[in-house]
Amino acid sequence: MKSFERYLLNRTTLANSETLAVYKANGGYKALEKVLKKPMTPAEIIAEMKASNLRGRGGAGFPCGMKWSFMPDPAKDPRPRYLAVNADESEPGTCKDRVLMEKDPHGLIEGCLIAAYAMRLQAVYIYVRGEYRKSYDTLLAAIAEARKAGLVGKNVMGTDFSCDVWMHKGAGAYICGEETGLMESLEGKRGHPRPKPPFPAGFGLWGKPTTVNNVETIFNVPFIVERGGAWFSSIGTQNSKGNFLCGISGHVNKPGVYELPFGVTAREIVDEVAGGIWKGRKCKAWFPGGSSCALLRGEDLDVVLDHDSLKTKGSSLGTAAMIVMDDTTSMARVMEIIARFYDHESCGQCSQCREGTQWLAQIFHRIATGHGKPDDVATLESLAKGMAPGKTICALADAAAIPTLSAVRIFKTELEECIRQAKDPLAPPRVEYAGAH
Amino acid sequence: MALPAKLIQEFDELVTHYPEKRAGLIPALHRCQEELGGWISPDTMEALAEYFGLEPVEVYGVASFYPMFRLTPPGKHVISVCHNISCELRGATQIMEHVCKKTGTKPYGTSADGKFTVWPVECQGACANAPMIDLDGVYHEDLTTEKVDKLLGGLA
Ligand SMILES: Cc1cc2nc3c(=O)[nH]c(=O)nc-3n(C[C@H](O)[C@H](O)[C@H](O)COP(=O)(O)O)c2cc1C
Ligand code: SF4
Ligand code: FES
Repeated sequence: MKSFERYLLNRTTLANSETLAVYKANGGYKALEKVLKKPMTPAEIIAEMKASNLRGRGGAGFPCGMKWSFMPDPAKDPRPRYLAVNADESEPGTCKDRVLMEKDPHGLIEGCLIAAYAMRLQAVYIYVRGEYRKSYDTLLAAIAEARKAGLVGKNVMGTDFSCDVWMHKGAGAYICGEETGLMESLEGKRGHPRPKPPFPAGFGLWGKPTTVNNVETIFNVPFIVERGGAWFSSIGTQNSKGNFLCGISGHVNKPGVYELPFGVTAREIVDEVAGGIWKGRKCKAWFPGGSSCALLRGEDLDVVLDHDSLKTKGSSLGTAAMIVMDDTTSMARVMEIIARFYDHESCGQCSQCREGTQWLAQIFHRIATGHGKPDDVATLESLAKGMAPGKTICALADAAAIPTLSAVRIFKTELEECIRQAKDPLAPPRVEYAGAH
Repeated sequence: MALPAKLIQEFDELVTHYPEKRAGLIPALHRCQEELGGWISPDTMEALAEYFGLEPVEVYGVASFYPMFRLTPPGKHVISVCHNISCELRGATQIMEHVCKKTGTKPYGTSADGKFTVWPVECQGACANAPMIDLDGVYHEDLTTEKVDKLLGGLA
């Protein structure tokens, strides 16, 4: 692997990295100062964001600068407007935003303020999953510190730019990571995703123009503003720019959250960064970016971990959360867990998703426990095809269908063998209990 | 039941963060659960409904949607055990078994002495440090059965 410059995680290893003093001593709030004192115009910032080609780090990979430019011009549309930072981080395998929030909260706050200036927002809400108490408390303390220092609230750095940043707690529902589910939840309702259109830029929080961005996306903003969009887009591959956080979990020797430039292969990540597959075993299968991506085989590890390369392999980058499985892993058990997860998290508004996720969960459960029926694999495939793409209000149905279709395609023989033998030869130990909630 | 004055005072400040009062409901449910016995009782729902100008059934609709809100009283200590994929690949099943054995509890159950509730939960965002449990709101990661013993041994 070639050497590269780290910028995302540099501060996270410093003592007291969460304090304003350490943040400032290490270049913090310089980008905001540049924006406010130079000053840069909102249009100039959006132009830099576009030039950077930063794509959203929350899973869908939408270009950030373009998203910001969808916000209406306040001269023509004077309604209040908001940014909701998506810190719901609940996609299985994904544990990267937490590192930034716990270790470098001011980096996120500075990004929020620049975003607020560029989109001329009234307020920013950081929606943190309720279980992330440490992220929440750390950010809350950092915001208080920044407010005291005149960086958050009225007349930031003594200029006429004002912006509030508020913390908001979710309560354990994965669907509230979907951007419109998040908005409903922030409004104090059940997290039921909204049909689109209307899109958030026109009708978001409280019906007002709203942008939703992932934590890591916003965290990149101060670096882009300080060093320029051209610098950012000089890192990476054709359509995947900058460094990214790769969380790698499962059967590797050194699971962790690592900063890497786009362009490295999955094999380099597994072997050189994460210390190889544990117990001297081989890689059987892996998810490139959370459990809603298509599974890939061990042989596919030579692929570059970026948007385009993974697409050519029939999968996607998702949240860049690699979940690695060794050659003793039961794919029936893996899929049983993943299908249970989507069934548990479906909000129930769309019949294809509500019923589909339930069926997938039941079928994978019976295959994994030796009660599979002869046509179950075919049923899984036709069910998954009936759920997605684009058949439901949100993409949770797709998130359940995609890994299912990949498992049925790649591990058909293994699943059929479980059915034929009326037992899963690779079954790990299990504790039986029915799901609650 | 009336909400304690301390909470009312907090909520009066909380709702100023939002253009609409109702947005404070979920954070308020969290605070009630923390302060009022570890669960959301029907009385709490009624009091919150009154505070937010909602029907109790609307508060119930919200509280019941979110897995973190408990609608039955838990034991003194709540142990949430992640049973999602990254944890399972690193031994979550053994952790679940061990936690249940040590506490005399079944998954989704409370021990006879009311001391422990064990709750399987989905991915908690600790996947690179799997397996994990959340004990009374604090994450414990890179777990082994020995570490579990130490943790539980230290509990009153
Ligand atoms: C079911 C579902 C769950 C999601 N969960 C998250 C999440 O936890 N965090 C996140 O940033 N994005 C999540 N997303 C993606 C968001 O809808 C949205 O695309 C993202 O927050 C936009 O930010 P970005 O453009 O900066 O990536 C989820 C999407 C779906 C369909
Ligand atoms: S696809 Fe599923 S999760 Fe999304 S809105 Fe429909 S039922 Fe809810
Ligand atoms: S799978 Fe257990 S924390 Fe993510």
